[in-house]
Amino acid sequence: MSQGAELSSPAAGKAEPDFQRMTFAYRRSTDQDAAQPVRHPVIIIGAGPVGLTAAIDLAQSGTPVLLLDDDDRLAGGSRAICFAKRSLEIFDRLGCGQRMVEKGVVWNLGKVFFREDPVYNFDLLPENGHGRPAFINLQQYYVEGYLLERARELPLLEIRWKNRLVGLEAATDGVRLTVETPEGTYGLQADWLIAADGGRSATRRLMGLESKGQVFRDRFLIADIRMEAEFPAERWFWFDPPFHPNQSVLLHRQPDNIWRIDFQLGWDADPEAERLPERVMPRIRALLGEDRPFTLEWVSVYSFVCRRMDRFRHGRVLFVGDAAHGVSPFGARGANSGVQDAENLAWKLRLVLAGSAPDSLLDSYDSERVFAADENIRHSTRSTDFITPKNEASRDFRDATLDLARDCAFARQLVNSGRLSVPTVLSASPLNTPDEDPFAGTLQPGAVAADAPVVEEGGPAWLLRSLGEGFTGMWFADVRPDEATLQSLGTLATGAVPLRLVLVRKAGMPAWTVPGFTVLEDREGLAWMRYDARPGTFYLVRPDQHVCARWRSIDIDRLRAALTRASGNA
Amino acid sequence: MLNTEPNLAAPDDFYAALMDAQRGLSPAQSRQVNARLILLLANHIGDAGVLREALERARAGIVPAGGDDTMRVRD
Repeated sequence: MSQGAELSSPAAGKAEPDFQRMTFAYRRSTDQDAAQPVRHPVIIIGAGPVGLTAAIDLAQSGTPVLLLDDDDRLAGGSRAICFAKRSLEIFDRLGCGQRMVEKGVVWNLGKVFFREDPVYNFDLLPENGHGRPAFINLQQYYVEGYLLERARELPLLEIRWKNRLVGLEAATDGVRLTVETPEGTYGLQADWLIAADGGRSATRRLMGLESKGQVFRDRFLIADIRMEAEFPAERWFWFDPPFHPNQSVLLHRQPDNIWRIDFQLGWDADPEAERLPERVMPRIRALLGEDRPFTLEWVSVYSFVCRRMDRFRHGRVLFVGDAAHGVSPFGARGANSGVQDAENLAWKLRLVLAGSAPDSLLDSYDSERVFAADENIRHSTRSTDFITPKNEASRDFRDATLDLARDCAFARQLVNSGRLSVPTVLSASPLNTPDEDPFAGTLQPGAVAADAPVVEEGGPAWLLRSLGEGFTGMWFADVRPDEATLQSLGTLATGAVPLRLVLVRKAGMPAWTVPGFTVLEDREGLAWMRYDARPGTFYLVRPDQHVCARWRSIDIDRLRAALTRASGNA
Repeated sequence: MLNTEPNLAAPDDFYAALMDAQRGLSPAQSRQVNARLILLLANHIGDAGVLREALERARAGIVPAGGDDTMRVRD
């Protein structure tokens, strides 16, 4: 993304802080007066959604974090607006998911048009019984604002604004930083440095590292407009519409009566000229009609690159989000994958800092998130190739696919206006224990645990929100388990890598409780179905809610071995 | 496996039908028909291995003379 321009300054939505225009004062830190650079366990560069996620995750579970940002404000312009179910589940764990969902525009339905006609619709979450929707649309400044408010509740998390990283020396035992402030530069040391400083990462540049990939020869115009409109909260995508011939257009609703319109412009468009209101307004009027009043909120012209760094871990420096990888916006895989990077890294770093895991556990951050980045880049590249045909033949097939999609179901599967973000199944992770017992269904080691409606302490709850901060053992039981097994499980609850124990009772069975266990009742039978559970089925779930092992019956030795493996202690 | 042995009951009839499908079309329209035809047949075949073989066989012996429109970059 580049070249954002704010064109108007209307009041923000009612009762919400104006996150977009809020500024955060630079404050001198005592570190700046220290004789020697002060050492911190974790320093994070960049207070965007990814840096804030990592910082909150670490700080709320007991790790002190220093977060540096070179600016004194949050995102300018709406920027990333589509936040996926998985991100919301992560924000739930961080304590601010509900607020985002309440403010956000919930949507599950996408519509695709070709020229004048609707071609097909897709429903991203065709089944019920999930705590969170497939997507919400929410301006990035709200996401950052809510994360920031959560961050400020955490005594272990310090944020320093107007602190710009200008020097970096990475050694095997730590990282030395030089930081520039309005009052001059000062030195810092970190045991671990997390680079969450975006596509133009200063950390990456200072370390002489590259992010490599493919640039797409196309430009897009984002126009956020404010208007009263009755259109439903759906994602509308047009290929070659009469109001913007030969190009694509995407329309999305955001909170506060803001609408995102994304116009494909082609490679020859002049990015400076296209941002001017006299060029933007006629394009929007062509879409909306001459009579509908609206105001421009934010305009940006961008092009994009699909790329990644070779490795995301460089010793004690760990790259997350756009600093590590970049994708096209079609599919909402940028911010969403970055939030998953942060979550993947946070629990591993926490275990390493606590001495509960060797630092080689962090190599699994690299391998798992490189694997995820490759999946995201593959999807993003394919969407872009469909949306922006690179030669006549690609365009012929694109148009033929869209033509056939009107009445041939098979062609609808080929239409690609963006494959929307779902969490990567970390199927090849070294932390997984491969299945020995047969399981049916889509869940597998490496996948994010499925959500389901449950009853906890007599009230309705959601399975994912009842999991712990650390590792969780989920035991599916139809009768109260025997004392001997409960006692041996209890020993794992207090180990170096403690296991939180959750019993998922079959729906409709008589209630019982077990001291030391969280007992959930499978409210609608969906938990047992989604986990393909039988009485005695046991799942081991990581702190980031990915399944890492499962069995048809419990065996303490196998469970202990899987926990050892999943925490990098094998 | 891709079948390249005779498999059409009436080869001349098929070829004539293929030509008929292009009659009266501009080159652009003809490309449109061909693209639809390929997609329809590919879905009918379904087998990924057969399709891959067919794609390779179709491209065999052609030396690429055009450039790809995307470029590689570093940052």
